[in-house]
Amino acid sequence: MTIRFNDETFRDDYTFHNSPEAIRRFPFPFDQDSYMYSVNLEPHAGGRAGTPFQNRFDVDEHYVAEMKDREITLAQDPLRCQSLPHMELAGWDFLELVMVSKAEDYPELFELHRDGDRWHWINRPLGIEQRFTFLDPTTLPCGPLEYITRQTQGDHALLDQRDDNLWMDAGMITSQADWSLDFDIGMNFYEWHAPVPKAHEMGVFQRALKFLLNLRQEAPVRRLNWTMTVNPRLDTSPENYHKWGPEKRTITPETVGAKQHLRVELQTLWRLPRSNAIAFPIRCYLCSLEDIVTQPKWGRRLHRVLRDLPDELAEYKGFAVNRPTIVDYLAKFDDGAPTSPGIFPD
Amino acid sequence: MSALTLRVTEITPLSPLVTRFRFEHPEGAGLPLFSGGAHVVVEMPDAGVLRRNAYSLISDPLDGSGYEIAVRREDGGRGGSRFLHTKVSVGDLLRVNLPVNLFALDLRAKKQLMIAGGIGITPFLAQLKQLARLQMPFELHYAARSRAEAAGIALLPDLPQIHVHISDEGNRMDLGAILSGQPLGTHVYTCGPEGLIAAVDETAARLGWPKGALHSEAFLAPPPGAPFTVTLKSGREIEVGAHQSLLEALEAAEVAVDWSCRGGACGRCETGVSACHGRIEHHDHWLSDEEKASQTKIMPCVSRFVGETLTLDL
Amino acid sequence: MPRTEFSPSIMSRPVYAPLKAQGAAPALMLAEAEGAEAILELAAADPSVMDRAHLIFIPGGTGFGPRLAALRARLYHEAPSYPAALERYRKALLDAHMGTQLYLAGTEGLIGQASAEALAAGLPADAIQAEHRGSLARRMQCVHCKGVTEGVTTDPFTCSHCGLTLFVRDHFSRRLGAFQGVCVDAETPGVTPAVKEIKA
Repeated sequence: MTIRFNDETFRDDYTFHNSPEAIRRFPFPFDQDSYMYSVNLEPHAGGRAGTPFQNRFDVDEHYVAEMKDREITLAQDPLRCQSLPHMELAGWDFLELVMVSKAEDYPELFELHRDGDRWHWINRPLGIEQRFTFLDPTTLPCGPLEYITRQTQGDHALLDQRDDNLWMDAGMITSQADWSLDFDIGMNFYEWHAPVPKAHEMGVFQRALKFLLNLRQEAPVRRLNWTMTVNPRLDTSPENYHKWGPEKRTITPETVGAKQHLRVELQTLWRLPRSNAIAFPIRCYLCSLEDIVTQPKWGRRLHRVLRDLPDELAEYKGFAVNRPTIVDYLAKFDDGAPTSPGIFPD
Repeated sequence: MSALTLRVTEITPLSPLVTRFRFEHPEGAGLPLFSGGAHVVVEMPDAGVLRRNAYSLISDPLDGSGYEIAVRREDGGRGGSRFLHTKVSVGDLLRVNLPVNLFALDLRAKKQLMIAGGIGITPFLAQLKQLARLQMPFELHYAARSRAEAAGIALLPDLPQIHVHISDEGNRMDLGAILSGQPLGTHVYTCGPEGLIAAVDETAARLGWPKGALHSEAFLAPPPGAPFTVTLKSGREIEVGAHQSLLEALEAAEVAVDWSCRGGACGRCETGVSACHGRIEHHDHWLSDEEKASQTKIMPCVSRFVGETLTLDL
Repeated sequence: MPRTEFSPSIMSRPVYAPLKAQGAAPALMLAEAEGAEAILELAAADPSVMDRAHLIFIPGGTGFGPRLAALRARLYHEAPSYPAALERYRKALLDAHMGTQLYLAGTEGLIGQASAEALAAGLPADAIQAEHRGSLARRMQCVHCKGVTEGVTTDPFTCSHCGLTLFVRDHFSRRLGAFQGVCVDAETPGVTPAVKEIKA
């Protein structure tokens, strides 16, 4: 399998674009015409060929450009990657998981050779070759979590399991939908989800936590989450809100199709062996409204979901101010015809 | 539920009552690594009855060449340990579930204080290897009635932080002394008979220890009791024998129930009760007092029922 | 001044409860301004709580010193501010053993910082008791420049480090001992909501 990697930007001139292939494989998150929170976890054990659900850590045409964008964000704000002292072992567990998975799933892009604890890693797309001793941090240029997540698409949190709860004690977070690792690090599952409206009363988090506390090795799970972003910007952090916030107000009926993006998070959860921690990759996919509506089923469905969404959710997901313009635009692509169940395009 | 089929490669008596079993992959592949305190569930086909018992792993968590457990023979028990001691030989294949850890070390602790009674030494044997590698301060107290019972002694490193208390030799463990004067950030881990865990809890409470610093694992075997019958949603009735747990009866009847520790601690098998005319005998440490009193939930791995009908949400 | 009753909020917003005496166990106590009254009430409920107590008081303009000194704690010290008391507090935590109780009383700023310090020293969260008394001022961390502004009483407020106008969130970090402040006029520069006083 060969992937052509895009040369594109996720800030300033925003040259990000999705190829027709990328549009068709986009993880559209709605399996019906309305949306409400649910635990919606399912086994992460393969999926339809060619989709982001097929491999353990999906690599797509945006890989190289996303890693360059991460580099820029980290240079400006190193606090986007932090690991509390007791989480180093979990960092190694995660490094192993990513290297082993990618070398097996994408052999033409990644190679891993292991001789006891002497490892040799090759990352062709990024031109990286590294020999190191597993579990010895002095043999890597930086901590294991930072090292491997600088080469892995998506944000990644490592959750320590203690006191019948999960604690966000380490993370590489540069493509978040408006939350701060520096502020949230050290919080437990209920605390870091505290700002989400409605979900706590619905018991969604209690059920999810109970399930995750019992997550087993070699039995990862996945779910989809979504929000909306103006411009294909990865760094929509609270830290830089005063920089990207004003862009929200530039949407007009003429520009909404190209500038307004559906932002989908493919979240996976893995039990790590040596640390007993849980790895929580959050992979971000962006698609503009005008690209979404090239799939007729998605155009109809997205219109209905956004039109009928409770106000609190639109507010929390940050697009309330542009909602009328968005819904008006999408209405043009909704002829009222029925839509097939499931997320895939017809 | 993923399980590995492993070969028994060594059977080593550690004491008159305790035997160590080593399992390896039949083709020599590496086994999934784990964290100290983890246990595996071993499936034992014993003359038509499928037994499943949880045993703490005593081997090095970072050594994937094999898993080792230490089993105390309980002839008065339900048969699992007797099966292992009498019906298993080197070379036999057994199904073993992937390790699960319900008794993990808190890696933030400034010091780990471990208290073991009898066969409760087992999870600490794996944790000691982990602590040695992490170079974390620790203290271990191991109490047994006699040297013969203290099967773990041979497996303990000879270090000043390890204290063995043999009550037959007049050396009793003094919990008050052990729990006094410990530095801030010490966490306590207790594994052994319920009486020991209760004694640690009580002494710790008296000395002002917060509950967040105390961790324990009890090796609960499902207690026997009078046979009883439960009814499923479909109306189907399942009979539970005197020495059989409700979970085992459901499994034998091919009713799918999720499980993990099989000892009333982890909550995985929690099952709803839609009708209860009688009394549920709760033997678990999972449900809250209110939940137990409401009789709307039951933990099939250890709890039983006395009365007319118990209808489960299954 | 009675104990503050805070209105229900999101799950990360800390909740405080009246101090409950834990007998004559070794204890570390930090009180600030009106928090002294919580300590006085604690000692009145159970005088033995002072037997092995190390009490540090930050008067903050109030006159409770003599009454606290009269409680005859094993160790009593008055400090002009929390930063001035910090080294003494840290040493006390370093020398403490498990079983030591921590009693905090005062503003959220004091409670937040003192709790974070104790947690870092290894005291589990359930060994910390905190009762809120006095000013409703908050410690606010500016999510943009990371600077902490002390004694914030209005919403919105100006970050004392970078000058942005920030709105006050109830989202609280135990690690930092502070609430989160986020730029209020990012999308509409210069247009800010009317300034309100922070209420409980």
